[in-house]
Amino acid sequence: MSLLCAENPNVFDTLEDAGIRVLWHPALSVETGTEVRALLDRIMQGEVALDLLCIEGAIARGPRGTGRYQMLTGTGRSMMHWVQTLAPSARHVIAVGSCAAFGGVTTAGDNPSDAVGIQYEGSHIGGLLAPDFRDRADLPVINVAGCPTHPGWVLETLMLLKAGAFHAQDLDGYARPRFFADHLVHHGCPKNEFYEYKASARDLSEMGCMMEHLGCIGTQAVGDCNIRPWNGSGSCTSGGYPCINCTAPEFENPRHAFSQTPKIAGIPVGLPTDMPKAWFMALASLSKAATPERIARNAISDRVEIPPTLRKPRP
Amino acid sequence: MNSAKLVVGPFNRVEGDLEVHLEVKDGVVSSARVNAPQYRGFERMLEGRDPRDALTITPRICGICSISQSAAAARALGHAMGLRPTPQGEGMAALIHAVENVCDHLTHFYLFFMPDFARPAYHGHDWHDAVLQRFTAMEGSGARAAVEARASLMHILGLMAGKWPHTLAIQPGGVTRTPAAAERMRILASLRSFRRFLERDLFGAPLEMFIALQTQDSLLDWHSGDAGLFLRAAASLDLAQMGLGAGRYLSFGAYPIEARFGFARGMWQDGTRHDIALGAIREDVSHAWMLGTAVHPAHGLTEPDEEMRAPGYSWCKAPRLSGLPVECGALARQVIDGHPLARDLVAKGGGVLARVGARLLEVARTQILMEELAQAIDPTALFMSQGDLPAQAEGVGLVEAARGALGHWLRIDEGQIASYQIIAPTTWNFSPRDAAGVPGPLEAALVGATVMPGEDTPLSVQHIVRSFDPCMVCTVH
Repeated sequence: MSLLCAENPNVFDTLEDAGIRVLWHPALSVETGTEVRALLDRIMQGEVALDLLCIEGAIARGPRGTGRYQMLTGTGRSMMHWVQTLAPSARHVIAVGSCAAFGGVTTAGDNPSDAVGIQYEGSHIGGLLAPDFRDRADLPVINVAGCPTHPGWVLETLMLLKAGAFHAQDLDGYARPRFFADHLVHHGCPKNEFYEYKASARDLSEMGCMMEHLGCIGTQAVGDCNIRPWNGSGSCTSGGYPCINCTAPEFENPRHAFSQTPKIAGIPVGLPTDMPKAWFMALASLSKAATPERIARNAISDRVEIPPTLRKPRP
Repeated sequence: MNSAKLVVGPFNRVEGDLEVHLEVKDGVVSSARVNAPQYRGFERMLEGRDPRDALTITPRICGICSISQSAAAARALGHAMGLRPTPQGEGMAALIHAVENVCDHLTHFYLFFMPDFARPAYHGHDWHDAVLQRFTAMEGSGARAAVEARASLMHILGLMAGKWPHTLAIQPGGVTRTPAAAERMRILASLRSFRRFLERDLFGAPLEMFIALQTQDSLLDWHSGDAGLFLRAAASLDLAQMGLGAGRYLSFGAYPIEARFGFARGMWQDGTRHDIALGAIREDVSHAWMLGTAVHPAHGLTEPDEEMRAPGYSWCKAPRLSGLPVECGALARQVIDGHPLARDLVAKGGGVLARVGARLLEVARTQILMEELAQAIDPTALFMSQGDLPAQAEGVGLVEAARGALGHWLRIDEGQIASYQIIAPTTWNFSPRDAAGVPGPLEAALVGATVMPGEDTPLSVQHIVRSFDPCMVCTVH
């Protein structure tokens, strides 16, 4: 549903202008019941070409491997069956959202429905489809991860595929499009100045960096969330709550409360991506010691208490 | 006598998966069974986790009622913690929630419900050409205008909730972000822009004129805007008499602010308003693929029957209030809140026209409520209070999602979630039969629907099902 938030142009204009015709979407198409079953038959008979097969949601294998926790209604068959049947005939297969990509929140806890991603089970390659599955253009399942996923990530992936401009090297190690996965959520985070000095918020609603106490792992999470805005101007960190790494496999079970940073002997566990531990510790203690009063005070306030000092131009 | 059985699925333009089994006699539905075909087990995932994780996990039940789940979880946690939001935090949470609800109503009207009237079966009606132009699925000019208006209104969520869906901004003590005075202006500007869309496209007139309607007859005389197109179709197809309700409605009360509600809490039965006997809620599992007995959600269990044995025919439990099924949603809220139009619609049968008409009424009224909430924002105030999690406690969070009454029942033991039970709006509306064999509200509303010769996916059935605006992913969760 995040797709409906696409803007400039809207989702329907974007798809139409890119020459992408939707064969069927469960929430948006007019076809229901027998009309859909007839369409599925025609695809199976090869009468209708299936260029892009987009799957949302993890696929249930339970109970006991039957897939009957998730039936495609009216067909008497499971979604598990349908994805396995349709995927080989699709030109490209796209897992939309972290559930379809890796299992995601649907597999949280002890995974009650024995759900799995399309080509991954958590961080392990090999989900509903085999590790060596490749589409007709020799690409693996493309994981447009995120919980939610950004409408721009979905539409740009589809447009790149339609234009024939998407290749194996455009995917990262978890088969996520690199155009968003080469960035970290940390990039452009509005709390960057607080991060520089490790000026930390102690509780939600305070303005400081949320890495030290409040579970934020934006320095490890991939996504251009703070570079391209969500819903006009937003992101998790601009909204005042931590990044929980929702583009990553197994983010649903962090082994600690989502909004609390795990610590050993008072020191947060988890380093920023590519940062050597000793340097991080050294720089963190140095920058903490150097924190200006303005930043220290604002970090533990719910609004700017001290504005930046004005500097007059030299005469 | 001519009888047939039909299975309708995949059921499109509802959120999530739905299958409807019909018995048809002499061109009329004589019996219906509703199957919610997906089980994921969210309640079970929460067991053993830090209670605060409910704020992250439960919104992800659904990509369309996400903020409603978040609001219910925050209320349940706050109740367990003995913590109330600050007044301004409560107002902002209400505004954030209202934005989602009104967007859901818009999505329902333009993208889910109205495209059926563009079908060739209705060719020849004097409204059909205009409906084709405005509401053809994914192509209509109205559909496109509506997604743009919706996306722009959601800028309020980008600003105050980080993003939509799946925000963590709503907390037991209020909201995580404090708005500045200039941001209050941006919120007001977004709302004025949304009002322009509503008055230009949806109603074709000032909202206040629509809200002033008192009777079903005056509603059917409304011919301006996209609402007018629906009402012309409703009059010619007699949607007032299609999919009648049973006259029992439930609302947990929407947008609580300092012990008052934007839309009142209550129960409607026998033509009068009552208090809700919250202790008399039971989730019957006799016809669900669930093990156990009918108990109150505070003591509820979610144990799927892996054998999927009869007489079970759905993963959905059957909630009952004082032993009876009740309907919830915009119509229920507006009836219980006492709006004369909604009361007249219910008195005249509470069918498809009533459900959709009340949703339109609620769009208009919610816009005014949002404008008041935004005006009342005080950027100098405190937007969130802090509290501690108890090691042992119980909490209940009752809110109104777009689709109706949503409840979370939480028990904390040794600092962890020991039990978490959820009853979603469509759990009420699309429940299967109970132990007494009494069908759920949709099952009852479908009886009597006309099936035209040759129809295997009857249009009347589609109109009735969609008039409830079901959210199937929330239903079983």
